[in-house]
Amino acid sequence: MMADEKQGVFDTSRAELLVKELREQFDSGKTKSYAWRVSQLKAILKMVDEREDEIVEALRKDLSKPKAEASMNEIYLLKSSCQCALKGLKKWMKPKRVIPSILALPSSSEIVSEPLGVVLVISAWNYPFLLSIDPVIGAIAAGNAVVLKPSEVAPVSSKLLADLLPQYVDNSAIGVVEGGKHETTVLLEQKWDKIFYTGNSRIGRIVMSAAAKHLTPVALELGGKCPAVVDSNVDLQVAARRIVAGKWACNNGQTCVDVDYVITTKNFAPKLIDALRVQLERFFGEDPLNSKDMSRIINLNHFTRLKKLLHEEGVSSKIVLGGHADEEQLKMAPTILLDPPEDSLVMKEEIFGPLLPIVTVDTVDDSFGLILSKPKPLAAYLFTNDKKLKKKFVDTISAGGVAINDTLLHLTVSGLPFGGVGESGIGAYHGKFSFDAFSHKKAVLYRCFFADIPIRYPPYSARKLSMFNAVTSLNLIGLIQAAIPCFKA
Amino acid sequence: MHSNPSSMEQTAIAELNSTFISGATRTFQWRETQLKSLLRLLTEKEADCFHALYQDLGKSKLEAFKDEVGPLKKSIDYTLTHLKGWMSPKKAGINLLFFPAKGKTMPEPYGVVLVIAAWNLPLNLALEPLIGAIAAGNVVVLKPSELAPATSSLLAELIPQYLDIKAIKIVEGGVDVSQQLLQRKWDKIFYTGSARVGKIILAEAAKHLTPVALELGGKSPAIFDFQSLSSNVEVAVKRVASGKWGTLVGQACLAIDYLLVEEKFASALIDMLTKTIKKFYGESLNKFSRVASKRQLDRLQKLLKDPAVADNIVYGGSVDKDALILEPTILLNPPLDADVMTEEIFGPILPIITLNNISESIGFINSRPKPLVIYGFTNNKTLKRSILNGTSSGGVLFNDVLLHFLCDELPFGGVGSSGMGRYHGKYSFDTFSHEKAVLDAGYLVELEARYPPWNSFKMAFVRTAYKLDYIGLLLLLIGLKRYPKVHKD
Repeated sequence: MMADEKQGVFDTSRAELLVKELREQFDSGKTKSYAWRVSQLKAILKMVDEREDEIVEALRKDLSKPKAEASMNEIYLLKSSCQCALKGLKKWMKPKRVIPSILALPSSSEIVSEPLGVVLVISAWNYPFLLSIDPVIGAIAAGNAVVLKPSEVAPVSSKLLADLLPQYVDNSAIGVVEGGKHETTVLLEQKWDKIFYTGNSRIGRIVMSAAAKHLTPVALELGGKCPAVVDSNVDLQVAARRIVAGKWACNNGQTCVDVDYVITTKNFAPKLIDALRVQLERFFGEDPLNSKDMSRIINLNHFTRLKKLLHEEGVSSKIVLGGHADEEQLKMAPTILLDPPEDSLVMKEEIFGPLLPIVTVDTVDDSFGLILSKPKPLAAYLFTNDKKLKKKFVDTISAGGVAINDTLLHLTVSGLPFGGVGESGIGAYHGKFSFDAFSHKKAVLYRCFFADIPIRYPPYSARKLSMFNAVTSLNLIGLIQAAIPCFKA
Repeated sequence: MHSNPSSMEQTAIAELNSTFISGATRTFQWRETQLKSLLRLLTEKEADCFHALYQDLGKSKLEAFKDEVGPLKKSIDYTLTHLKGWMSPKKAGINLLFFPAKGKTMPEPYGVVLVIAAWNLPLNLALEPLIGAIAAGNVVVLKPSELAPATSSLLAELIPQYLDIKAIKIVEGGVDVSQQLLQRKWDKIFYTGSARVGKIILAEAAKHLTPVALELGGKSPAIFDFQSLSSNVEVAVKRVASGKWGTLVGQACLAIDYLLVEEKFASALIDMLTKTIKKFYGESLNKFSRVASKRQLDRLQKLLKDPAVADNIVYGGSVDKDALILEPTILLNPPLDADVMTEEIFGPILPIITLNNISESIGFINSRPKPLVIYGFTNNKTLKRSILNGTSSGGVLFNDVLLHFLCDELPFGGVGSSGMGRYHGKYSFDTFSHEKAVLDAGYLVELEARYPPWNSFKMAFVRTAYKLDYIGLLLLLIGLKRYPKVHKD
């Protein structure tokens, strides 16, 4: 079942067998027990802890990810996630008592969380460990059996996951299938109880279409063009630092929630560009292409794509900073563009790289129309000290999440749901939201036989109708008036 | 607004779009006004509603009130009571580490939503989702079922009289109109109906990454633990009878589809059931509600005409073709592969399947698609626990039928092939809302350690921070904590 390419092609019959085996494991009830879930979560924690160096090395090989980024953005976040689940699990698993409706009295009601069954997690390449294991943590916490398909675009990480997971977790209920388009297609043909996909909206559509055939619910963590609006009423150096961190210190812009483009006023733009320049130099030195703290572009495909964005007609003349690249090392320097043409690719597509367009407007209020004219992003950022502007932004801009005066931080708060809306995705996770994403909330009503009311049964009469009316509108007097003759029936 | 031409539809959608963008539907006042107007509609035009339901389905006034108008009024009252609270942001817990950041989640409307209703509760299944969509601040297109034409016309006539026509539109028509509507991009689709059509809708929604709620059906079983019921068995039988034939003679997603009982009690149960039917409805056919249409009657008759099934009729089977009435019919142990045991019955036929031991009902149900509801008639705590933890369904009711439909505090929805998503009460509001995460960071505390260039100190800081080891952090900051030189400084 694991590292299937060792045993030959992963075809439909192998996929069917895999799902069948997992379903048997799930049906046995094993994954539902608190003890099993805890043991698996602890095993994952142990794995991430003990094998930290190998994971960091795999990320270095796949993405030239600096050790600090690998640790901060993948390893530590995963450990936090495991610890959060371990801490909260007992409480999350408990049925939630709810107030019974007066109409159903005497009764008691509760909502029971149950696992969906056998779920599929398809991960992305930019945070290959985080985006693989974090959803798996949720799936396990909720009591499901799970298959993980890591991204083939980060092959060293994929292989490491396929090697490591079986050494730590229960193989009979948690599996890894490596591979590319063929393996993913074959997996998507199967009937899953939920599919959790992280990636781009084009594949998101394919995943949802495949899921539709089996009425499988999906969670899609997609991306989009996340804007950062920068007001002049702001602590400029800190804002610049946080924007730089939220763009180039996170996988060099290859992050679903990184700042895709900035909007600021024409007057403020020069100051902002200067501040960004200062912070960039502070972070990455004078020669960012050779900075050890800068990730490379994942592969030639994406490198070529980014070059194309930069060299489109009318765009390269807008470079105000950077623009250098080293194709051999797949490194691209932080690049700032000032007002590239609105219809250029760099302004239409999600950049997912180290290019930062700055779009200038007359007043900061003009930024709203611009953002609203584009598909809803995964995140939207605003830098300002103006309370009214903050409120307007939060009330008006629809996005997966909004952060004021910082970037990306909201991802690390387990109390906040992380997910998109519209083109940026469906569903959310992190913290308890992960548990919920992989659970079915079953409504349960307990009734007894005491006080059986005759009016609910046929044969019906006008009097019974009045009583119903009275009960539904909680009209006590009407109820009594109608009830007394009725009890003779 | 009647079906086609599509240019009329385009104008209407454009109007809805601009109404939403104007922000008019987002105020509490607008939502409250609409809901109060809807309540007035149901009160002032109650007689018209009853008349339409009678024309479409032969529904008696009591059934029309009990199953459609009554629950709607209750839902509106409940929504009006709680709406302000639902609309307000919810604080999220933020770690001390991020001080002084503040986090919250804020519900926001999706935008332009599509509601497609079913024919069996044509008023309720159209307006109940509409209540949620309005409460959440969306603009709506509602397509009532063409198979209940009187109700559809009534809605098309009344909704514009009572509600804001710039924000809520009715589109009448059949399959072709639905198909046309589905070509558009919606911000959410809410569908009630069959699994077959549910798949089509999900596939269309996938093209636009539109989130979907599907309220489907399935074969909802009743587990009848005769032995444990002892003196309650008579009331239990009455409830089974009303759960099968009490709502439009079984034409309801929540109706008991089939029943499981131990072999030794089967004849006693059948005896009691037949006595109850006669008590409820008398001996002649005309006291029963009719089947919705000739097409439905033909379908039901076909289920019975299967020779292997016809032999198993132990009660009923008579038909009045002109009046579209099929009398309550009980089957004993029809073949499990007959259509009547593989398709959702949606009619007055009740198959009874006997088992050696009632505990076998768990395995029986689990070998079939997950139903919308499981009814457990038992006083045995162990069996209750087995049903609750050993099966999966949208909901579970013990010792009664249908009531959870009325409970505002319980989520109403399916799982697996019985559906995805849920509504009623606050769940209606949630199903039409996007829960946006909002983080408001501050400039007060600026943590240098989050930024490159990386060094060992920063690594140690971040590692300690993720563990939420505040004392460790303090010691680190004042130089009293040692840290490994792990980074190539």
